[in-house]
Amino acid sequence: MIYSLLVLSSPFSGHCSRSAAEFAHCVIARGHTIHRIFFLDAGTLASAASSVSAQDEDTSLKGWSELADQHGVDLAICITSALKHGMLDQVEADRHERRCATINPLFTVSGLGQLVDACASSDRLITFGG
Amino acid sequence: MTAAPKKTVLIVLRHSPYGSGLAKAALDAALASAAFDQAVDLLFIGDGVLQLQPDQDSTSLGMKNMGRQLASLPLYDIDHVYVDAQAAARYNMDLSKAPLHTRQLDDHEIRQLMVGYDHLLGF
Repeated sequence: MIYSLLVLSSPFSGHCSRSAAEFAHCVIARGHTIHRIFFLDAGTLASAASSVSAQDEDTSLKGWSELADQHGVDLAICITSALKHGMLDQVEADRHERRCATINPLFTVSGLGQLVDACASSDRLITFGG
Repeated sequence: MTAAPKKTVLIVLRHSPYGSGLAKAALDAALASAAFDQAVDLLFIGDGVLQLQPDQDSTSLGMKNMGRQLASLPLYDIDHVYVDAQAAARYNMDLSKAPLHTRQLDDHEIRQLMVGYDHLLGF
């Protein structure tokens, strides 16, 4: 079965972002496919490259980097929400004259069309957070 | 966007209009679906019914007027808008003056509505 996930809440508040990453791992372990994980609103903060966690806590990137590196999962962040939350790739940093990119390159800045496509292309779309 | 079979989507709006970014995010998702010619309907439940409050004025919040944006949805062929009748009654809302024309549903009808869609997007 083809799954897509929509992540709405910040990894720094509550557990929904982390649950989404763990759910995605389970989906893959069960032999299903993740078509895309789409991050919207505060969910886009999962892409923060320069967030520093306490030494005895997991980093917010932990679950996501394994999904992208080991399983090639498409991690797409909504551009409107990303800009609002200060999450910029190099292209957007240049365009908006900011000093540097702020997102981890595992994530792709994209539009809401990618969420619409995820709906159309997936058997199940699961929302986390909100 | 890849050509994929059409799926029916119900966007479920559960939060008040200005308490978070979620009401705006839901509206943006609805407009994007319409722009890509996907069938999308809306259901306001719980605190989400407050998004339908008539005569909203968000000037002092420095935020865009959500009511005015909702009123534009019929222009994008988003015509099927449902509302949790129990929540609307709890907030004593006058839906005849709401920015959108809505159909009120009781709990049983909401359950029946939800099972008819391929996807539920909850905001």
